[in-house]
Amino acid sequence: MTDTLTETLPTTGPVVLEAIHLRKHYAVKRGAFKPPATVKALDGVSFQLEAGKTLAIVGESGCGKSTLARSVTMIEPPSSGQLLYDGRDVVGRSVAEMKELRRTVQMVFQNPYGSLNPRKTVGSILTEPLVINTDLGKQARRERAIAMMAKVGLRPDQVDRYPHMFSGGQRQRIAIARALMLNPRVVVADEPVSALDVSIQAQVLNLMMDLQEELNLAYLFISHDLSVVRHIADAIMVMYLGRPVEHGPRDVVFTRPRHPYTRILLAATPRVNPALRAERVVPKGELPSPLNPPPGCPFHKRCPYATDRCASEVPALRPVDERLVACHYAEDMAV
Amino acid sequence: MPLLDIKNLSVEFTTRAGTFRAVDGIDLTVDEGEVVGIVGESGSGKSVTSLAVMGLLGSNGKVVADRMSFGGKDLLTMSASQRRNLTGKDIAMVFQEPMTSLNPCFTVGFQIMETLKVHEGLSGRALRNRAIELLEQVGIPAPESRLSAFPHQLSGGMNQRVMIAIAIACNPRLLVADEPTTALDVTIQKQILDLLVRLQKERGMALMLITHDMGVVAETAQRVVVMYAGQVAETRPVSALFNAPRHPYTGALLDALPERALGKRRLPTIPGMVPGIGDRPQGCLFNPRCGFATDRCRIERPALFDVDQGKARCFYPLSNSGPGAPLGVEEAV
Repeated sequence: MTDTLTETLPTTGPVVLEAIHLRKHYAVKRGAFKPPATVKALDGVSFQLEAGKTLAIVGESGCGKSTLARSVTMIEPPSSGQLLYDGRDVVGRSVAEMKELRRTVQMVFQNPYGSLNPRKTVGSILTEPLVINTDLGKQARRERAIAMMAKVGLRPDQVDRYPHMFSGGQRQRIAIARALMLNPRVVVADEPVSALDVSIQAQVLNLMMDLQEELNLAYLFISHDLSVVRHIADAIMVMYLGRPVEHGPRDVVFTRPRHPYTRILLAATPRVNPALRAERVVPKGELPSPLNPPPGCPFHKRCPYATDRCASEVPALRPVDERLVACHYAEDMAV
Repeated sequence: MPLLDIKNLSVEFTTRAGTFRAVDGIDLTVDEGEVVGIVGESGSGKSVTSLAVMGLLGSNGKVVADRMSFGGKDLLTMSASQRRNLTGKDIAMVFQEPMTSLNPCFTVGFQIMETLKVHEGLSGRALRNRAIELLEQVGIPAPESRLSAFPHQLSGGMNQRVMIAIAIACNPRLLVADEPTTALDVTIQKQILDLLVRLQKERGMALMLITHDMGVVAETAQRVVVMYAGQVAETRPVSALFNAPRHPYTGALLDALPERALGKRRLPTIPGMVPGIGDRPQGCLFNPRCGFATDRCRIERPALFDVDQGKARCFYPLSNSGPGAPLGVEEAV
C-alpha cells in the first residue's frame, strides 16, 4: 500500500482529524512452545473528519472499531501510520506536546455506569480536566462546570451530587459534559447510546446534535446500531476485521450499498416498518478469529457472492460510485 | 383455553426502602403455538414477569395472582417438586447473557445431557445421540466434537445456540426468551431470531419473547404486550400496534426510534423517566410524561379498556387520525 491519500473521500470543510493508514497490531502469547501471534486489530484505516461533521464507524464486535477509538484518542498510540489533529502530526510527540494536543480530541465512553468515578461529585468530575490542563482558579473552574451542566441539560444545583444519584441518561450527559470541558474540536463517542433505553437514547442523540451545531464539533461516532447511525452521521465507514470495507456519504452507503457485508448488516437490522425491511440476505457463519484471518478478502468465507478470486486476492479500497469500497465485484453489485 | 393464563399477577419485593411492586396486576395469556412479544424499557417489569412464570424468583419476591395456570394446571397451588417437573420440560427459558448463564465449569455436552437425564430419563448412547441431534438442530457445525467444548471455547452466538438447545431439549410447549439477542451482534442476532422462529414453527411451541428492541418484536411476534412501570399499557396484534398505537406511551416509544424519524433532525423524546421505587405517581402511571394527560389522568388510574383488536390502559386512546395519532403518517418517507 502506498502512503498517498488516494483512498479518502473528497472534503468540503476544514479537516480537524485525519488518519492515514493507521495500524494497531497486538502480539498475543499462545503458550510456552508456540511463537506469539499477531492480531491486526487495525490494519490500515484512513479517513478525514471535517469540523461540524459526524463520521460513523460501524461493524460487529471484533472489527476494530473500539481499537480505532483508542488509537485516535492516543489512549493507545497506533503501531504505525499517521494521525493529524488540526493538521499537526501527533504520533511520536513528547509527553508535554501530547498534553497540549490531547485537548483537541476528547472521548465519551459506552457505559456511563463505569466511566464516571463513583467517589467524585459531578463538580469534581467536570473540573478535573481543567485542574490538569489549565491554570484557572477554583472559583472559575466551578463556574465553568456549572455553565457546562446547564448546556447539557443538568440543573446547576446538582453539581455536588455523586454519579449514583443520576439515571443512565443523566450520567451520559455528565460524560458528554466532561468531554467538552476543554473545548475540543473532535469528540470520539464509543457506543454512547447503546446502554440506554429508547426514549433516553433519543434525548442523548438530540443533545449531541444540538451541541454539534452550537460548538461546531466533529464526532467520530462508533456504533453497531445502524438506525442510530443513519440518523446522526454525515459519512459512514463500515469495518470488517480491522479494515474499512465501505466508506462513503451516509445516503450513498445506506441507499446503494455496494459491499456485500454492508448489505448483510443492513438486512440484519430489525426494522419496525415492514416497508423498510431490506431483502433477506441471510448472513453465513460468524466473524473469523482475528488471530487467523482467512487469505484473500477477509469477508469471503461469509459472503454469498464469493468467487475463487476472493479467496486469493485481497481487494483494495477503491472509489466506486461516490464511495470507497473494498470488493472485487463492487461494480457488478445491483443497487 | 390459552396455554398460559395469568390473571392479575403482582410481584412484590421487600427492600430496605419499603415494599416495591415490580409487577402490578398484569393479565397475560399465551395460546398454544403463539409468538407473544413483551416490550418495555428497563424497570418496566418484563423480566420479573418471566421469572414469575418460570418460578425462578428468589424468596424475596412475593408472587400474588388471581390465576396462573399452564396447560390447565394451576401453577400457584402446585408443589415445589411438581413445579420442578414442569420447569425445563414444558416451560423452558433462554436467558439474556449466554456467557454468564452457562456454567463455565462443565462442557456444553454435560449441560445439555443434564436436562435430558432429569426430564427424559435418557442414558448412555441414546443420551449422547439426542444431545448431538439437538446441537445439529440449532445449527452448530461439527456437533460431535462440540459436546466436549467448554462455554469459553465458543463464541457468544454459539453459546446462545447451546442455551436454545438446552431449552428445547424436552420439546417444551412454551419457550420464554428473555432478551435472547441483546448481547449479540446484528448478523448473529438475525441468525438466532431466525432459528427461534424456525423452531417455533416446526414444533408448534409457543414463544414468549421479552425484549426492549421494537424492531425485534415487529419482525418476530404475532401479538405484542407493551409494559410500563409494572403494568400492561397496551396489548394488540403486531401490525395493528405498530401501524396505529392506541396508548400514548407506545406511540411516544415508536416515535423516539431513529428509524421513524428519517429526514428529521431532532428525534421526538419522552420527557422524564420510568418511575422508580418511591415515585409512582397518582392516577395513570404515565401521566407525568404524557403529552395528552388531563386532570382525570392525574387523579384516576385507568383500567385496561377494549380498543381496536386489543386493550389499552388509557382514558383517551389514540385514534388513527387527528392530533392523537402522530404515527402512520410518514410511513412512505
